[in-house]
Amino acid sequence: MIISLLAVIALGILAWMGSMMGFQYVLGVCLPYTAVIVFLVGFAWRIIDWAKRPVPFSIPTTGGQQKSLPWIKPATLDNPSDKAGVWGRMILEVLMFRSLFRNTNVSIEGDRVVYWSSKFLWLFALIFHYSFLIIFVRHFRFFAEPVPFFVNGVEMIDGILQIGAPRLFMTGPLVIVALLYLIGRRIFNQKVRYISLLSDYFPLFLIFGLCATGIAMRYFMKVDIATVKVFVMSLLHFSPDTAALAKIGSIFYVHMFFLAVLLMYFPFSKLMHAGGVFLSPTRNMANDSRMKLHVNPWNPEKVYRTYEEYEDEFRVPMAEAGLPVVKKPEE
Amino acid sequence: MAKIPSPEELMQVSYDMPRENWMDTKPEITEGAVAYPAKKVTMEPLGMPNPHDWNPFEEDWHLPENWEEIIYNGLKERLEKYRSLKLFMDICVRCGACADKCHYFIGSGDPKNMPVLRAELLRSVYRKDFTTAGKILGKLAGARKLDKDVIKEWFYYFYQCTECRRCSLYCPYGIDTAEITMMARELLHELGLGLHWIMDPVSNCNRTGNHLGITPHAFKEIVEFLCEDIEEVTGISINPTFNEPGHEVLFITPSGDAFAEPGIYTFMGYLMLFEEIGLDYTLSTYASEGGNFGLFTSSSMMKKLNAKMYAEAERLGSKWILGGECGHMWRVINQYMSTMNGPAPSCMETPVSPITGTVFENAAETKMVHIAEFTADLIKHNKIRLDPSRNDHLNVTYHDSCNPARAMGLMDEPREVLKAACNNFYEMPENTIREQTFCCGAGSGLNTDEIMEIRMRGALPRGNALRHVQEKHGVNMMSCVCAIDRATLPPLADYWAPGVDVSGMHELVANALVMKGEKKRTMDLRQEELPGMEDE
Amino acid sequence: MYNSKYVISGLVIFLAVFSYPFWGNLASKDYTGPKLSLPADQKQCIEPVEFMRAEHMTLLNQWRDSALRDGKRVYVASNGATWEASLQKTCMSCHTNKAEFCDTCHLENAVEPYCWTCHVPPKGNE
Repeated sequence: MIISLLAVIALGILAWMGSMMGFQYVLGVCLPYTAVIVFLVGFAWRIIDWAKRPVPFSIPTTGGQQKSLPWIKPATLDNPSDKAGVWGRMILEVLMFRSLFRNTNVSIEGDRVVYWSSKFLWLFALIFHYSFLIIFVRHFRFFAEPVPFFVNGVEMIDGILQIGAPRLFMTGPLVIVALLYLIGRRIFNQKVRYISLLSDYFPLFLIFGLCATGIAMRYFMKVDIATVKVFVMSLLHFSPDTAALAKIGSIFYVHMFFLAVLLMYFPFSKLMHAGGVFLSPTRNMANDSRMKLHVNPWNPEKVYRTYEEYEDEFRVPMAEAGLPVVKKPEE
Repeated sequence: MAKIPSPEELMQVSYDMPRENWMDTKPEITEGAVAYPAKKVTMEPLGMPNPHDWNPFEEDWHLPENWEEIIYNGLKERLEKYRSLKLFMDICVRCGACADKCHYFIGSGDPKNMPVLRAELLRSVYRKDFTTAGKILGKLAGARKLDKDVIKEWFYYFYQCTECRRCSLYCPYGIDTAEITMMARELLHELGLGLHWIMDPVSNCNRTGNHLGITPHAFKEIVEFLCEDIEEVTGISINPTFNEPGHEVLFITPSGDAFAEPGIYTFMGYLMLFEEIGLDYTLSTYASEGGNFGLFTSSSMMKKLNAKMYAEAERLGSKWILGGECGHMWRVINQYMSTMNGPAPSCMETPVSPITGTVFENAAETKMVHIAEFTADLIKHNKIRLDPSRNDHLNVTYHDSCNPARAMGLMDEPREVLKAACNNFYEMPENTIREQTFCCGAGSGLNTDEIMEIRMRGALPRGNALRHVQEKHGVNMMSCVCAIDRATLPPLADYWAPGVDVSGMHELVANALVMKGEKKRTMDLRQEELPGMEDE
Repeated sequence: MYNSKYVISGLVIFLAVFSYPFWGNLASKDYTGPKLSLPADQKQCIEPVEFMRAEHMTLLNQWRDSALRDGKRVYVASNGATWEASLQKTCMSCHTNKAEFCDTCHLENAVEPYCWTCHVPPKGNE
């Protein structure tokens, strides 16, 4: 845990120092390009790497009644028997974290085992992911001119509380609260602390740093966003505007650096659960292997003890017991 | 056998985590902690790799010389053959949602029984050998070097997983520990390490057609003996056919039902039902096993044992196969059978109930119908007469077996049947039934007596739920559709909820079944007096 | 590769969305930033230009609070000059056109201040 925290702090300091010591071009231009390429190529490579491996057997985890007799109502979402059901299950899984919503917490109370409802992980995980998504969408104001229409809509809703100026976007504090919850349970929940690895803390701290610098830039250590946009747009046009870059405060470099690290770390880490969940065979398959043939591409030859071999061994007692035999036993 | 603590002592489970990192702790492999190993004489004829005699309680497990290479290559091969394995190695975020879903963790508090850590036992080795970060950062990246202690740890913990898939239900990415356990067991088998209790049934099933090693003539005798008991109770004489070609249906059920109480009563129940409805069926001694311990061994062994079903159906010219009450048998049939050994022989057709005309479209590919589906259909169409008052002395609950629940979704069919056969039916608490059901504590080949403490720990959640309905509703009968359950639930009930008995579903059906020409029933199938129906 | 129909289409969608900032700008002209029309008769705002760029919204917010809630209508700038804390009377006396001054930056950076839900936007000399 400490190592992860120190690593992220070190990255932040590195970026800060770098921006002061004349590495602006490396930090502001070279690194972002590299990070985007690594992210996109890496992500695609990981997905293809998984997809190259076959799914030999149909192994959905069935979470409800199967489709069998016509008057028994099947659980179409938790035990899909067709493609539509699988789509429904996957959409709910990806967008609503349906499996996590089932979560319970076991305790032994005297002589009873009690299963407490436990939805906080689901709630904060959902808050985190959606806040992060909205924050990402909001950043499109820097990526296009004119600003895409959806950005204004998202901003209007995100800032609907109309607190302060610059107007407070709810997703800012929400993402921080959610991250603190996720970090907190890794530290204070014994079981989760026991299973946590460095690679579990690191992305949390990294994203925390990314969000914290972003929020700081908006509310506390403001940078001139008009210039930021000029620079970002110049990056997108593949003609980096170093003059604009030079005018932007150091905190922007730290923010960009965290982002670049996150992008480059993403494809090679557990963060790939984002892509992996789509390929999970216990979720994305229909429970239809009794209705339709599922093919295993490496299905080996059938090798088994045949009836003939079996009868050869037991022919005499079988015949004596009056069991039908194919070949008469020799007298 | 090691002495088992009392239920009160066993309930004192602490979920506090140890101070030291899990990579630095080792399991104590003592008598009672692991089941007995498979013998060389069992493994060799089956063609299992590196068969050897060894003793888990000794320091040296006599691994083959190049054991590290075997594991490396075995893991590499499986990572390429199974997307599930590769994906499940890569995408776990260690959120901990699975942690307290495992019955062994709930009953033991052992951190490595948390599904996430059970998977990390393998994942850590995967990281070291197959990921760049693991190679460079080592322990910092959660990687560790494979050594002989890791193998022992695998043997210990992957035989404390019953492949019940309960964790998989709660995992936000559907990571299925059963998949990981199956792969780990395959790897252990590559080194010649297996369980006697799994490999002995496998070997028997291969040779004699059933797990118990019952020879064909003995099998016939046992069934005829059961028929005599049926006649004693009902006055009706039944003469099932064996290995006889030309019948519409081939009936296959786990052999445990033909051999041990209370399974035999369920077997009698099947025979009575078929007699009453006049089903045109035959039993096979060659394929006299529905269960498939190959599922707990390796995919190739599963295929080898399962292949007999279609082979026999083809030889006998059956139109479809009716399958008895069994848990893992139905995982194999539902999720593996047609892929491994299909398509079904050409003589087979989409199953149609000859009594009701119902077409079982859901079995169009495998041509195999679950008897709960079959009987629920008979009841729905009023094709059998049931007198549930004969079961009035029973307060019945139902234990969903892991595999029919989470690898098939057979949930309402057995409930419909039970509610028709019994007037007093009570569900256990909702977090312990249907898709959230708990294992009996000894599935996947762990129903052996030398690890009774582990079994009872794993049985804690189920036992506790059972005692709850016992106290609340006076439940005295737990019904189930699984032969392993019928073997493992009686000790579970005796330990956690004494006074509750265990039965298969069709035992209760047959008790309630009003048969044409039967004599007045004064006894149930166990030949115990039926309260209120004694001879006047 | 297996299930390529789904995998490829999913990947294409993913890559398209995440590279949108690049390809979405292929057709557009180079972006040079907002072109403000500054008051012709003034050289200096009430505070230095860097401060105004970064903090004008905070300043206006403070003005609103102090003027409307506390009745304090005097602002002492960092150089000692005093100004009336009023958007209409002070700011808009020089920045006479919302569309040509405020909006140029705000629109391009998707900022939507709610000044104009109460104040009447100045439209220059129209």
